[in-house]
Amino acid sequence: MTRIMPEREVVVVGFGWTGAIVAEQLTEEGMDVLALERGVWRDTSTDYAVNNAQDEVRYRYRDELFEDLSRETLTFRNESDQKALPMRMLGSFLPGTNVGGSGVHWNGQTWRFLPSDFQARSHNVERYGEDALPEDMTIQDWGVTYDELEPHYDRFEKLCGIAGKAGNLNGETQEGGNPFEGFRSSEYPNPPMDMVASPLKFADAARELGYNPFPGPSANMSRAYTNPLGVQLAPCTYCGFCEKYACGNYSKATATTTILPALMRRENFTLRTGAMVLRVEKDGQNTRATGVTYITDEGEEVFQPAQMVVLCCYITHNVNLLMQSGIGQIYDPETGEGNVGRNYAYQAMSGASVFYDDFAVNPYVGAGALGMAIDEFNGDNFDHTGLGFVGGGYIATWQTNGRPIESHPVPDGTPKFGAGWKKAVRDNYNHTIGVGAHGAVMSHRGNYFDLDPTYRDAYGRPLMRLTFDFKQNEIAMSRYLTEKVAGIANAMGGREVSVSNMKVPYDIAPYQTTHNTGGHIMGETPADSVTNKYNQSWELPNLFLMGAGNFPQNPGYNPTGTVAALAYHSMAAVRDQYLRNPGPMVQA
Amino acid sequence: MHFSQRAYLGHMSRRAFLSGASALAFAAPLAAREYRGGIPWEPNAAVPPEPFDPSARFLTADERSFVTAAVDRLIPADDWGSASELGVVDFIDGQLAGAYGRGDIYYMEGPFEDGLPTQGYQAQAPALLYRQAIADIRQGLADADQPDFIELSPEDQDTLLMALSEGESDLEHTDGKTFFDTLWQNTLEGYFGDPVHGGNRDMEAWRMIGFPGARYDYRPWIDHGGKPLDFEPVSVGGRLVQ
Repeated sequence: MTRIMPEREVVVVGFGWTGAIVAEQLTEEGMDVLALERGVWRDTSTDYAVNNAQDEVRYRYRDELFEDLSRETLTFRNESDQKALPMRMLGSFLPGTNVGGSGVHWNGQTWRFLPSDFQARSHNVERYGEDALPEDMTIQDWGVTYDELEPHYDRFEKLCGIAGKAGNLNGETQEGGNPFEGFRSSEYPNPPMDMVASPLKFADAARELGYNPFPGPSANMSRAYTNPLGVQLAPCTYCGFCEKYACGNYSKATATTTILPALMRRENFTLRTGAMVLRVEKDGQNTRATGVTYITDEGEEVFQPAQMVVLCCYITHNVNLLMQSGIGQIYDPETGEGNVGRNYAYQAMSGASVFYDDFAVNPYVGAGALGMAIDEFNGDNFDHTGLGFVGGGYIATWQTNGRPIESHPVPDGTPKFGAGWKKAVRDNYNHTIGVGAHGAVMSHRGNYFDLDPTYRDAYGRPLMRLTFDFKQNEIAMSRYLTEKVAGIANAMGGREVSVSNMKVPYDIAPYQTTHNTGGHIMGETPADSVTNKYNQSWELPNLFLMGAGNFPQNPGYNPTGTVAALAYHSMAAVRDQYLRNPGPMVQA
Repeated sequence: MHFSQRAYLGHMSRRAFLSGASALAFAAPLAAREYRGGIPWEPNAAVPPEPFDPSARFLTADERSFVTAAVDRLIPADDWGSASELGVVDFIDGQLAGAYGRGDIYYMEGPFEDGLPTQGYQAQAPALLYRQAIADIRQGLADADQPDFIELSPEDQDTLLMALSEGESDLEHTDGKTFFDTLWQNTLEGYFGDPVHGGNRDMEAWRMIGFPGARYDYRPWIDHGGKPLDFEPVSVGGRLVQ
């Protein structure tokens, strides 16, 4: 027996970064918005109090801020001819749950993508020719341009109080910023964070090698800040518990610290927690979404009718909801037909450690986005002729933490365990700097989501199945980046350097990064995408999908800045066009 | 629903969900979890860490002996305490007796298969993994007319642990490498984790490496310039925990 609720104008599914942005934008427009969140209410002063938050066992290793896989997970394999098995524990990536979503436990590294990233296919074909792209590489243009997104990047950076230094102000190169970035219409709202010694060592070495180091753009506050919604953030205290942790000090921009204090007061907004959405419902003619069906923590099934449905879950769940709801055709890599689940991508991570005898890193004096970076080898900032790959990544030294369960670097040749290992940890804990490469992953025919034939979730639905491995392009790209990393690391004046190439084949167990992308990608036509440039479903025009699932491939930057810019861009179009004429905003 | 109950809802397990136990504990009208017109807040609603409960035990005496011998090869004593001296066995035992050991927030539905090395953890819940692996290792030694693990020389113990870690030891009921990886990870958690969870006795592991623990404001030391800092560590349970 399904309970049927009164119809709402807008239902938002999932209440993290994009759910909060969508709800804030549409309630400001006067819409009646209901957000459904599977998890529970969470707020800074109570749930993330500074005297509880710095607990590595509780948060990092007992997953307190992460999703509960006993309810739903996915299955995984590297190749289509293997049998997928369930991801039984979290490892490679850490989606969040509860109010605030994954954004509660992010580091705050807040990048813009390069203008050419949005024309990944046409740009590369124009510069390097069709033959530069392998036959199984399925990258494509986004349908939206950097210039269209620029005001929305700017809006998000001001919402968050991002700390940084512009490298390109309205086309004019600025000393000290990233000279490769797309134009900025204004300077960052806050100055760069004060640097600790390690990123400065990286910057010195990079400069000596002829690169242009600049401060990483940071959502950790470099000073007290009041955002355009009137919400106040406090200066970061450099406690080193950002990624995988919540900030108890109101010093990291999240939906909870930048939007909710304003949004929750609005009478035309309602949040309902403990509401696990199982599917999107649609009319018999397959022309519009009619609402969503969810199940409460007590096990009651509820139908929530709505005039407009916005999916704001983590990408795996957005894609899964499409599959479970029969919206669109699930991708078949054999035939290339279907777009739901197509073009899954990830991130190519590698790095080096520099070991010193005397230099003290004091790694616990850190912050999630405290670092210096270079962008010479990202995107198409360098000539790829003859290199055998497209794409790239940034190289950086972030001093994010000294949390010792997770971070106790030892040089190559150290015993795996025992007395020698223990001594090496003691000798090197305070004397190691990491240099990392954060590389792009292009989309390929063999990397995708579909449904698993064997395993089911707690609600009886088939689990989604992920098939993914790093292909030749990413392996070559990452090796190239890692050589550049090693070049800088060797110039940093340490005793010795250990280099860590990207691990191939892709392994779902060790943590790499929570930057999963694709599966409900945006594009120029319904033939090659799930949504148009406004994140609007081609199939059901009153259904919108937010998040990195929209990325047709994954550039060499952290995704959150672009995820948020796409959400603002979508909502601006909804406010300007869709609400007056609720139909497709791009004609197919 | 009282807001202070909300912490538990977030991690309501599949088991609780399926059994309907949650409906008994948290029966509430739909509207109770609706938030409108302001930020919900009430005093004293913070959720502190669950302190270590020394009476929560999973391992048998024989299993504890095995784990003690094994973790003390992983992190032996030198000028600083061994794993067991810092409470790692107590930590592991307490963890196995609780939600972690039961695998409450892990996907524990069958069928179980060994899988590829890239497919991650495919064993039963951690407590059962320990039980099966320890029994298999001891039985394997007995079948080979070897002394029990705790009677082996330290070198032979190391050889056995290394073989497990390299995936070179086939166990009958579970995967040896998964057991080693889990034991090693839990050992690191107990050794370097906050003492509020039962390990890292007197924050000795933090003193050993110079980690200051649960401090949250280092602004006066941002400009340390590569000179070592020297802090007395603190725990989320307070300075005098244990």
